[in-house]
Amino acid sequence: MRLSPSVRPGSGLLLAAFLLAACSSDTPPADSGSGDTAAPAPQPVTVYSARAEQLIQPIFDAYTAATGVPVRYTTDSEQPLIQKLKAEGQTTPADLLLTVDAGNLWYAAEEGVLRPVTSTVLEENIPGYLQDPENQWFALSVRARTIVYDTRAVDPAELEGYAGLADDQWRGRLCLRTSAKVYNQSLVAMLIAELGEERTEEIVRGWVRNLATDVFPNDTKLIEAIEAGQCEVGIVNTYYFGRLQKENPDIPVAIFWPDGEAGGVHVNVSGAGVTRHAPNPEGAIALLEWMSQEEAQRLLGGENMEYPSNPEVAPDPLVAAWGDFTASTRNVAEAGLFQEQAVKLMDRAGYR
Amino acid sequence: MADIGVLAARRPSGARRRAAGGHRGFGIAIGLIALVASAPLLVALSSLFADTGDVWPHLLQYVLPEALGNTLLLASGVALLTMLLGVSLAWFVATCEFPGRRFFNWALLLPMAMPGYVLGFALAAFFEYTGPVQGTWRRLFGDSAPFPDVGAAGASILTLGLVLYPYVYLITRQAFATQGVRALEVAQSCGLSPWRGFRRVALPMARPWIAAGTGLAIMECLADFGTVQLYNYTTFTTAIYRAWYGLFSLNSALQLSLVLVILVLCALLLERRFRGRAQFTAGGRVNPHRLRLSRGRRLAISCYCGAVLFIAFGLPASLIVGWSIDSFAAEFDARYWQFAANSLALASLAAATIGGVALLLAFATRYAPGRVNAALARVATLGYAIPGTVLAVGFFVPVAAASRWLNESPLVSGNGVIALQSGLTVVMLAYLARYLAVAHGPLDSALLRVRSSVEDAARGMGVAGLGLLRRVHLPILKPAIVTALLLVFVDVMKELPITLMTRPFGWDTLAVRVFQLTTEGEWERAALPALAIVLAGLVPVMLLSRRND
Amino acid sequence: MLEISELGHRYTDAPVLDDVSLTLAAGRIGCILGPSGCGKTTLLRCIAGFERIEHGEISADGVLLSSANLHVPPEQRRIGMVFQDYALLPHLSAAENVAFALHGRPRRDSRVLALRMLQRVGLERFAERYPHELSGGQQQRVALARALAPEPRLLLMDEPFSNLDVGLRHNLGHEVRELLGQLGTTALVAMHDHHDAFALADDVGVLRRGRLLQWDSAYRLYHRPADRFVADFVGKGVWLEGRVSSASEVETELGAIGGRMDEGLPAGTPVDVLLRPDDVVHDDDSPLQAEVISKQFKGSEFLYELRTASGARLLSSVPSHHDHPVGRPIGIRLQAEHIVVFRRD
Repeated sequence: MRLSPSVRPGSGLLLAAFLLAACSSDTPPADSGSGDTAAPAPQPVTVYSARAEQLIQPIFDAYTAATGVPVRYTTDSEQPLIQKLKAEGQTTPADLLLTVDAGNLWYAAEEGVLRPVTSTVLEENIPGYLQDPENQWFALSVRARTIVYDTRAVDPAELEGYAGLADDQWRGRLCLRTSAKVYNQSLVAMLIAELGEERTEEIVRGWVRNLATDVFPNDTKLIEAIEAGQCEVGIVNTYYFGRLQKENPDIPVAIFWPDGEAGGVHVNVSGAGVTRHAPNPEGAIALLEWMSQEEAQRLLGGENMEYPSNPEVAPDPLVAAWGDFTASTRNVAEAGLFQEQAVKLMDRAGYR
Repeated sequence: MADIGVLAARRPSGARRRAAGGHRGFGIAIGLIALVASAPLLVALSSLFADTGDVWPHLLQYVLPEALGNTLLLASGVALLTMLLGVSLAWFVATCEFPGRRFFNWALLLPMAMPGYVLGFALAAFFEYTGPVQGTWRRLFGDSAPFPDVGAAGASILTLGLVLYPYVYLITRQAFATQGVRALEVAQSCGLSPWRGFRRVALPMARPWIAAGTGLAIMECLADFGTVQLYNYTTFTTAIYRAWYGLFSLNSALQLSLVLVILVLCALLLERRFRGRAQFTAGGRVNPHRLRLSRGRRLAISCYCGAVLFIAFGLPASLIVGWSIDSFAAEFDARYWQFAANSLALASLAAATIGGVALLLAFATRYAPGRVNAALARVATLGYAIPGTVLAVGFFVPVAAASRWLNESPLVSGNGVIALQSGLTVVMLAYLARYLAVAHGPLDSALLRVRSSVEDAARGMGVAGLGLLRRVHLPILKPAIVTALLLVFVDVMKELPITLMTRPFGWDTLAVRVFQLTTEGEWERAALPALAIVLAGLVPVMLLSRRND
Repeated sequence: MLEISELGHRYTDAPVLDDVSLTLAAGRIGCILGPSGCGKTTLLRCIAGFERIEHGEISADGVLLSSANLHVPPEQRRIGMVFQDYALLPHLSAAENVAFALHGRPRRDSRVLALRMLQRVGLERFAERYPHELSGGQQQRVALARALAPEPRLLLMDEPFSNLDVGLRHNLGHEVRELLGQLGTTALVAMHDHHDAFALADDVGVLRRGRLLQWDSAYRLYHRPADRFVADFVGKGVWLEGRVSSASEVETELGAIGGRMDEGLPAGTPVDVLLRPDDVVHDDDSPLQAEVISKQFKGSEFLYELRTASGARLLSSVPSHHDHPVGRPIGIRLQAEHIVVFRRD
């Protein structure tokens, strides 16, 4: 536990008594109070991240190498991090919240744990549909949730789009991941935004009818099931396919882009926002701006085979080889807006 | 605990003999422990008044009927399987002589060191459609040959049963070792065949221990998310997560958790009521006589123990060893030492802390008996049935609120920021809320076996206070203390949600590393940290159970 | 009734029972006496059928129960057993514990029989109590009732009184004897205290390191022990050096001791003579004097430890109105009807 040096002596005693019971003494020394400016070293930036360590560590390392600003972070799932920020209020050590899925970013903003940021750099680098309408968060990478198919069994000409997978011709041929995963919740939410609830429910019911087997716990298992011949077509995030393709370039599975679909290919994002009570908001904005620029964007995309959110930056060659697609330009925040509706719809439709 | 001696001057059995005011210290201790340990429950209670919109009607109509049915099926299936495996293995190891007995004695505890989701993933990788077993099956019998499918329910029950049976095994083994053979002899001298004697005497006599172990297994299985999620099995826990993560309604999630806890409470009360006035003792020494069986039976028992150990540990361990070797170059680096050190530090500290508190609670309920205190002690151990993430949030919220309040108070405001949640204390207290039940169970039942006459005798010889604790209680309770520490240690090694949410910066553990990788679907790479968890858990399992033998 | 011949049993390598033979007639109470670890519990376990035997035979009522290649399972032997720790089933009440042994009968019948049995041991008021709610003596009686309820052909009791205080032992010993007599039950009891054994048993045997040294009536065991160990084990006494002077007399430093002698030892043989406390009688007029070293008040008598002028140590049982202070000499006289001598090596 570290107190700033100016605590009044009397209160200090009282506090000490309280803290002995409530607080251990081995906190790392970097708990930066906002009034603590004595040190000449740059103030570190503290990040709460729902992205896994191995995906963010290289980026933060690069940032520290480039600017000398240390970054420390802790990881957890999105919801606990948001609740943590909410509970901590102004005592939070976090400056920046980094998470995947537009729905989660939307919810963080909704819960009031983020603050609006005015930054010309960010406005220039990140397209409008990939940021919060009130500038509380900005996308840092884009992932497409699209259709994959068994090249041995499916003629891509048969494929139309997400809605088409509800047709009877796919009876017993479709694989889906569990509806508990937020990626599917966002996909259905965007379908609701695009097509309305009624039409979306028809589609989801069609999917459920067409399932070849129980839903899968993750995208990798789903693609492996297609490879093994358990089913022929499914919906996954592209980078999961990328990973398997990297291991086995001859994998008999290919990506199909449903460009013709109303609204185009469903994209989701990973993104970040400055926390409402950030002790070091300037540092957080600087890091966020840096992450929207070329070097970081390459790292952000490349590490995980995603697409950069900055349109000026080219994707990784392996990713680029999957071909161009027409992304939906509907603001990704709507995924959050319709998520609750989407979850209820999937429950009604029996999509587990 | 310094005032134990003063208070111990009374006979623990008699509420009648209670000296006025003497038990107040222990009463306060019970109250404090219950308050800390049930903080998440209180948060959940406060959520009762929150408006959750139409989340409940939706859940009631579309989610809960299935979730509730599945949960009951899962809980009874896991209870049955853990009892079947735990009791049979404990019986064989404790009362029969067969080849490999000494090895199986400790080795059968090993599956406990394996996180449920790791076993689940390994078993799935082996047995699912894309795995080698079904692949071979299809090659042999053609693509359309139906493979026997246990379904999500069967897979969840099997996996959790295999991970959780050691609770029953560990706790029941001690009871059988002291009274198993004798029970059988009593039955035989009364003219019962060995099998009927086992059923009518040995089993009923071991009931409190079987119930205690099974109770822990059921609570752990009710709180499980990782394993059922792996099989897409909709349970109460997944419903809780759906309400929170999917429907953004933390309050409904808290309310659902409360329902879960109430269900557990009812089950516990039912068991207690059913037990009635009968009292059970497994005192005394380990009976050196073991049943001598025919050669065929001895071999059959060895095969059975070996088969359980193979499926629950050998097979998954060999798979994760294989994956670890594949990913070692990419995954291993110097940080692993830090991860391992953090894991061990947190687990040891938690074992010591929770063991100490559980001991204090057991003593307190002994010397300060009464309905209120007994009820409080029970409430303090309910956290084990709450899904970890919910418990973590339920614990974090009040601590952070206290921290906020402190910073807004004139004491601190303007003088920088104090974050109560930034030390190790919160992690420990949250672990306490979750694992107190695990340590309290064995300690409490062991303390029941220390007769008050023993204490009186020691006091007559001038041993009192801490001396009484050190020279009388601790030696008698040693096996139970070892059991309690072992259970907490291994549980904390595997623990994830609480560690994730409440660990201070830099306190990444092996389990956290597993999380980093599995959350990105990199299961094979997660094998290395998972293996490290198993190895780190293996050492205490071996050391302690050998000493305990 | 019970016949054991040349019984041999071993754990792993050390022999626990070696060539044990005994017979117990129907209706009699036998007692195996011996220090702890002598194998008496094992002997009972062999008879009960909990242990297989390597050598010899055990039969009851003429039916062979155990031999090297035959083993009737314990549950088919109709032998009742009272364990040292009573082994009451903690989850059953007293009545249920007794009824447990009456399984196979209609529930009502077994309950009635159990209550009747409890009545016999004086516990009818405690029928619904659980074992932990009973005193040690009461638990013992429940265990006895349970073992007797199915009318076993033989009752085995392992150290039945070792967990009880002296007063209780005494009473219970009498009661048990009476009860067994009424029921006509044959019983074999393992014990380590010869007082208890003499109070209870008709036939007593002393077991040492797995060997049965003597199997005899209580009286003969005390007065005509087969060897020094038995003599020492079944009662107090001192050994006095002496020399055989005639067929019925031994010459010692305290003078000649006369009485019947079993062994026809030739005159002049060096021997040890056993003098029990009741063989040394207090007599104020006796010329033989011994100094009181210590004394023990036993109510009706004193047990004096004495030292003679020559330094020999004696024990003497003296009526308690003869209270002599320690350090003072008193007159004694040797009075033995039957003298126990063993050749001195």
